[in-house]
This record gives sequence, C-alpha cells and structure tokens, in this order.
Amino acid sequence: MEPILQVEHLSISFSQYHRGTRKRTLPVIHDLSFSICPGQVTAVVGSSGSGKSLLAHGILGILPYNSALEGTILYQGTPLTQRRAEQLRGREIVLVPQGVTYLDPLMEVGPQIRKGRRDPRSKARSRAVLERYGLGPEVEKRYPFELSGGMARRVLIASAVVEQPKLILADEPTPGLDARAASRILGHFRELAEDGAGVLLITHDLELALTIAHRVLVLYAGETIEEASAADFSAGRLRHPYTRALWAALPQNGFTPIPGTQPYPGEISDGCQFAPRCPRCRPECRGPGPVPYVPRAGGWVRCRFPEGGEAL
Amino acid sequence: MSLEAKSLTFRYRRRGQSPVLEGVNLTLEPGERVGLSAPSGRGKTTLCKLLAGYERPVQGTVLLDGRPLEQYKGACPVQMIWQHPETVLDPLLPLGVSLNEAGAVEERLLEELHIQPGWLTRYPQELSGGELQRFCIARALGPATRYLLCDEITAMLDLITQTQIWDFLLREAQRRNLGLLIVSHSAPLLERVCTRIQSLSPIP
Repeated sequence: MEPILQVEHLSISFSQYHRGTRKRTLPVIHDLSFSICPGQVTAVVGSSGSGKSLLAHGILGILPYNSALEGTILYQGTPLTQRRAEQLRGREIVLVPQGVTYLDPLMEVGPQIRKGRRDPRSKARSRAVLERYGLGPEVEKRYPFELSGGMARRVLIASAVVEQPKLILADEPTPGLDARAASRILGHFRELAEDGAGVLLITHDLELALTIAHRVLVLYAGETIEEASAADFSAGRLRHPYTRALWAALPQNGFTPIPGTQPYPGEISDGCQFAPRCPRCRPECRGPGPVPYVPRAGGWVRCRFPEGGEAL
Repeated sequence: MSLEAKSLTFRYRRRGQSPVLEGVNLTLEPGERVGLSAPSGRGKTTLCKLLAGYERPVQGTVLLDGRPLEQYKGACPVQMIWQHPETVLDPLLPLGVSLNEAGAVEERLLEELHIQPGWLTRYPQELSGGELQRFCIARALGPATRYLLCDEITAMLDLITQTQIWDFLLREAQRRNLGLLIVSHSAPLLERVCTRIQSLSPIP
C-alpha cells in the first residue's frame, strides 16, 4: 500500500542567541525517517524533550520562526511544502492537540466544531460527530470550562474528524485520564484508522500505545533509534538497548531503572547518544561518527551492536 | 502516631455545587505507602490539598498524631508533590533559589535525585518536566517532613524517569520511615509501590 506520509532524513534545528549577540544552532531532531500507511496507527514514543511534538509541528508547517527544517516530507507521494501544508492542514491533515487549552474559551462547543459555519449540512455533520463520541446535543451549547477533561478531549477529537481527514496527528491525547477513559479515547483513534486514515500517535505512555498501535517508533535525543511492530515488545524481539530499558521500566515488567538522563540538544555528540547510559556499551560505542539507521528483523535500529532476538 | 482524615467534606463556594468530597476517612501510618485511585474528577487532588493544609475542609478534621494539623507551626510535616511541576515553580526564579526557599536542602538529596549543579542557575522553562519534578521532590523532603502526598507525580514522565524517581522515593521513605499517599491512575504502578490500596469511596 502506498504510504500517505513519508518522512525522509528530517532534521529540525533552532537558532538561538546566547551570551549576547552570538548565535548558535541547536539541532533538536536529527535524521528522522519513517512512513505512515492508510489504516495504520504509528506510535511515536520517547522521553520528554526527545522532539516528539516538534515532529508533528514540522509536518503541519507550524514551527516557530527561529527554526529550520531539512529533509523531505512527502504527503501522498508529493512534497509537502509550506504552501501545501497550509492548504491541507485542518482539512486533510489534522492535529489533535495535547491540551484543553487549545479550545477557544469564549466559543460554544457547537460553533467551534463547525468552525463558524451555520448551514444545515454542517450542523448535521457536527451533530453526527459529537454523537459518535457520546456527546449529546446539550454539549453544543456549552463553553469549554463547563466540560470535564475527558469530554474536552472528545470535543478536540470531534473537531478534528469533522473534516474527514486522511492523516491525523495526535499529540499526547491521554495524560490525566483514568485508564478506562484513556483506552476509550485511543479506541477512537483505532476506529479512525480502520476507516482508512493514517494516524500518528505521539505519546510517552508506552503501555497504552501498544494497545492500539501497529508500528512503534522510538525517539531518543532527537533521533529515531528503533522502529518495531507492537508485537515485538511482548515477544522480546526489541533491537535497541534503550527500547529494552523502556520496556523493563514498566511497573508490571520489573520497574527497573537505568541511571542518567537524555543529553540536551546542545550537548549532543555525533556518536551514539545512548552510549553513556547503555548497559551493553562497548569501547567502540563511545567513538565519534554517526551510527547508521539500518533495517533489522522486520524493523529498524540505530545501534552498532543491536540485541539479537529470537527472530535472528 | 498517624495522619488521619476524619469525615472530611469539602465543597467550593459556588451556588448549587455538590460537594467534591463527602465524609472521607483515611488513616496513614508512618512507613505505610497507601495508593489512592479513583476516576478523574473524584477529588483525589482535593483530598491531598486538605491533608497538606492548602485547603480547609467544610466539615471534619485532619489530625496529625491526634492534634489538628493547623496547630503545627513552621514547616508543615505533611508535604505535597504536585502533578505538574512547571505550575508550582516560580518561572522568574532560578531553580537553585526555588529549591532553597524553605531552608537549605541536603546535598545528599541532590546527589540521589541526580540534580546536576548546572541546573541550579537555570529557569523552569529551560528544563524538562522530569528534571523539574526532581527539584519539587527535593524541596518537599525537608527535615520536618514526615508524610508525603504524591499526586500523580510521574504521570507526565517517561518510564525510565518514572522508575528512577520511585526507586529513590521508596528508599528515602524507608530510611526516614515516611508515610506516603500515592495518587495514580496506573494500577500496575500502585501495585508495585504501595503497601495497600484504597479507593476513594464514591459520592452517594
């Protein structure tokens, strides 16, 4: 199947002033490649500060003015330029933002979902979408402050899918929700994928991501370090030591910590970013030179000495 | 010797509001780690705020060793760690200043929490949530602290940071015989870290 979105060698950097007028460039995302097919949920997991949200903003063309983007983003096989992104976003490509603060506090839910349109068709459509997420007609008359957290999130999803998008970027849609509400919200994304949309789910909740995602992309310090299928996790077929550490850190899987923190954008060397924390680090790993991102056992890995799984 | 909530009722002063909490009882002994779970909006955070003295109950009392909590002077022995560290740190103060505002923090804690000396001169917006939460934990562990209320303190952190923080907190709690109240939506987390789990009884 032809992918709906292809991201190739994407890098995003910021230019910053420090110590007065000296300018420096801060690379935040580095050499990131992946693709999303229609009907698929791809989860992007990684610690905070690994560049997950920037990725979504880069696809939508809403990066801040002091940033620079390199590499290619193809949408349905054609480059997604700034101009094209502006035309498509909000229609074919939608963002389900992280917070309730993205709703207009001074606008009722109904008009907000319809984006101000008043014709009967729009009204019927918005009614149907709200209905789908279990929100009754009375909700259309409410202001955002009158919604609970879970309702507000459903309103955010409703206002994104009212346009029947082909690509949905969901940025941390579940924190602060209890397990049942969170899995219900994620179920909605799975349904949207089953209806034929491509879904990019950005989250740090690995456990929830695994319940709905087909593919999982792991980011560390702005790089993709592994792409795995959801089944690889429970089957012990993970390739990168960081992904293994994430899996082992789940409370039900041992709750084992590893020391250290992810390097800052300014401190990133060109060698292996994970070497200082890696339990399997060898002397060669600390050397300079970029680590290639290579296919391995049905997935991808960026490690000089990847873990061999049962599949190898 | 315990922290006791006796039939706490709390409501916000708005017309027609039903109470957030009604008749809630809870006892926390030193060395105990009690997990608290309930759906969103059931008043878990409100209960923490009442226990730490940030809010006063409409009815009922909070007793520490049999004495009402508000009679204690100086640093409150019941400290709360909040869900969103970025909202409880002054954005205009370097973190080192925020950290020591309520008295100097032991060097040992900074080391155990892996707080880098370089972070002390930075401002909250320059660090990630996990790094900020380490500061919030360090300053809540003053010498007077005997009970810690942990309100979803690792919900927004990645898994590895979450285990690092709990690994430290469990060791510290054991060492000082602290009583912990742990609020979380994650059942596996509560099963892992708690000595017992209590659900917040629903409002009738």
